Formats: sequence, structure tokens, C-alpha cells
Amino acid sequence: MTDVPDNLSYTETHEWLREEPDGSYTVGITDYAQDALGDVVHVELPELEAEFVAGEEACVVESVKAASELYAPVTGTISEFNEQLESRPELVNEDPYGAGWFFRIIPDQSVSTNDLLDAQSYEEMVEDE
Amino acid sequence: MGNLKKTALTGAHSEAGAKLVPFAGWKMPLHYGSQLGEHRAVRDSAGIFDVSHMTQVDITGTDAERFLRLLLVGDVAKLEAGRALYSLALTDKAGILDDLMVYRVEDCFRVVFNAATRDKLVLWLDSRKAELVVALRFRDDLAMLAIQGPNAVSLAEQVLNKRLSRLGKFAVVKHAEMLIARTGYTGEDGLEIMLPGEPARALWKRFNDMGVQSCGLAARDTLRLEAGLNLYGQDMDESTHPLESRLGWTIAWNPQDRDFIGRRKLQQIATAGSKRELKGIRLMEKGVMRPGTRIETEWGAGEITSGSFSPSLGYSIGFARVPTGATGDVQAIIRGFPRKARIVSPRFLST
Repeated sequence: MTDVPDNLSYTETHEWLREEPDGSYTVGITDYAQDALGDVVHVELPELEAEFVAGEEACVVESVKAASELYAPVTGTISEFNEQLESRPELVNEDPYGAGWFFRIIPDQSVSTNDLLDAQSYEEMVEDE
Repeated sequence: MGNLKKTALTGAHSEAGAKLVPFAGWKMPLHYGSQLGEHRAVRDSAGIFDVSHMTQVDITGTDAERFLRLLLVGDVAKLEAGRALYSLALTDKAGILDDLMVYRVEDCFRVVFNAATRDKLVLWLDSRKAELVVALRFRDDLAMLAIQGPNAVSLAEQVLNKRLSRLGKFAVVKHAEMLIARTGYTGEDGLEIMLPGEPARALWKRFNDMGVQSCGLAARDTLRLEAGLNLYGQDMDESTHPLESRLGWTIAWNPQDRDFIGRRKLQQIATAGSKRELKGIRLMEKGVMRPGTRIETEWGAGEITSGSFSPSLGYSIGFARVPTGATGDVQAIIRGFPRKARIVSPRFLST
């Protein structure tokens, strides 16, 4: 039903992460999350160089129905964000793992990614919801 | 969702891939894929809604008119057969018990009220009957469909093979086993049809076959908000009165000897002047106002009762209950930050 690509990592709060060759992580929300939110109409993105602690609110996603937070999945610094979402928030619904990405974050050296879920674990988690 | 009531169309919604959610004890479609797409279909052409969760009751008997003249702020003595009236039932303290539609058809009043208020309304109706000669028949055998949008009536004429363009706004007509009314909750032209489950399923399918978009409760909510229509339980309830809910126009003050429930209190409020009023509001910045969003004005603070993103306008709109007289530029406090907002006409689409 819901799309959960094998090559990504996930959080319990429905973010996905992809590790890039330069060591940063690209972050977005999962297909399951965008479906639950419904039509996204506005995304508040973090500023460049903004620092977040894992679990801290980094973005606000507004759908017609509700506001929801996207939490920083790891501790680190924002290196890039998806400007396209400001004019085309619907990309979050249309292509959550591609054009609907939110930001890139450079993790702190000390960061542990042990808390992240693999595709199978995430899929099991959402099936239970 | 096992204990939830199903409409005659729940199966069809499920097959169509609708997202079904609990709503006032019913299993109802929230959307069929895209709330925005459904909203636009109604504004641009036509959409069809299953509103069978609404409570339908037929009120008959020699005292039926007397009964409703006691219960409602509007005066059904002025309601001709073949016409519909939007009205309110109040508590003795002038709190709003419910909002409803009354359709007068031949010697019967068909009253349609909210699903969420059913239990309390049933008790209330019963307790007010007293010695009056009235019979209440709950029409749980009937479904209700709303076909709404600029093309709704002409499409319905084809589907029903009946001329409807002469049916005036707020008119209602009996057609075979159906009641067809030119009413709705979207701000668009359209019809509401009350009919048994079997033909309701057939009609739904025929409208779908003609390209009419199935629409869920989510689109219904943004459509009614843009049209400036209140939602019971959100914009008004027993703790608010009509004069602070932009519903003063529903009150038939004349004749003065018609002593409807809540009248005395309402008159006191009218004389003293309402301290608060319900206003339209639009956000001038990005973001979305939601119910509970605090609104700060020079006259004092208030809060959003209904707020959302307006698909037709592309910005956030809402209703806010604010101190009487508040006008112009205000601030909406969204997640702790003040955002520019403005008090505007709640008929958002005509400004």
C-alpha cells in the first residue's frame, strides 16, 4: 500500500533520510506521512546554517486539514533546502521521496544513527498504526 | 471502526478508494484521493456528496406548525409548501442547540439536522412535545445526496430526466420517492436529494458515470468556509447565541407574541448589545489559521472558530469571534508568532 524504498532510513516520526556521498543527509517525509496529511499547501523550511538537535522541530508542514511538524532526524546543520516547495508544496504529495524532499543536514561528528529504522522496520511500524 | 453506522453508499465509497473516517458515529468519506481536486470540481463544474449521516425527521400532525413555531427562531407559519428554511433551535438561555433545514412539503415538515446532535435533539424534541398533537418519524430509511456546482442542476436534469431549472433557490419538490431541494452547503448552485438507499446508490453511480466528482467531508468543509457558512460545534454551540454567530438574520422577531424557546433571553441580549461577533478573517502572510488560533485586535483578543487554507483563494481564511466593533488589520498568533491578518467579509469569494 504505502511506498517504503529499501535504500532509505526512517524515523518513528515518519521522516526519511538518504545519506549522500558528501556525508550529509537528505530529509523528507514518507509516503505514509504525506497520505495521512492530505494535500500539502504550505511548508515552512529551516534557514541555511540553522542547527538542530535530533528530534527538534525543523519544519512545519501545513495541509488543508492540519499542521504537522517535521523533526530533525539527526543533530546537525542545514546545508541546503528545497526552495521549490515554497511555490509548489504539492510536490510533497506527488513525489515524497524525490522532488518533495525538504532539506539536507550535515550531521555532527558525534552523531549516532542507531535510532533510525530500516525500511523493513518502518514498514512494520506503519502497518501496526 | 466496527461500531460506526454506515450509509447506503459506504460500500461504494470504499470501492472508490475513499479514505473513510469516523464522523459523529458514522463511517464517512473524508476524501477520494485529493481534497483540493474535489473542492475545485465543485467550484468549476459539479461534485456529489453523501450526506446521509444528517438526521432526517418528518413532523406531521395538526400541531406540527405550532410545534415548530415554538422550537425555532424562524417562523414556519411564513414558510410556504414547497419551500425550505434555514433555522436554529435554541436553549432557554438562547444558546444554539442546533442549526437545521426545514422543508415544507404538502402537510409535512421534513427537518434535517446535524448527525452529532441527534441524541440530544431527540430528547429535546420529545420533551417539548407535551400535549401537542404531533408525530415524529425519523427517516433512517432515507439517504441524502448533495449535487453541487455550477453544472449540478443541468447534470441532474439529465440524470433524473426532469426539468429542474425552474425550481427556485430554497424550493423543494417531491418527485417519485424523492424530495429534491435547491439547497446546499457549498456556496454553489445545486441540489440536495433525499431518497431511499437503493435509488440513492443508482443515482450516485449515474452521476459518477456522467463525470461528476465524488467529494468527501474535507472538501465540504473548505467549500462551506469559503462560502461563509457556519459549522455547528465549531462556529456555534450551546455556549454561543445567534447574535454573536452572525445568525441574527435567521430570527423572526415578528409577530411579537410568538414566544419561541430562547426568545426572552435573546431579546435581552439584543437590547444590551452583543459583546462579541463572528467575523471573516484572512491571513495576509503564509501559514494557516486553525480553530483556536488567537486573534489580537485593538478592541481585544478573540479566536478562530473555523480556519483553513482556502483552495479557491490560495491563502488562509477563517471565522473569528472577536469583540464587537473590531475591524481592519489584526494579528493571528500562529505557533507563537504574530502574523498579519485582516477582518474581511465572511463571504470570502465575493470580495
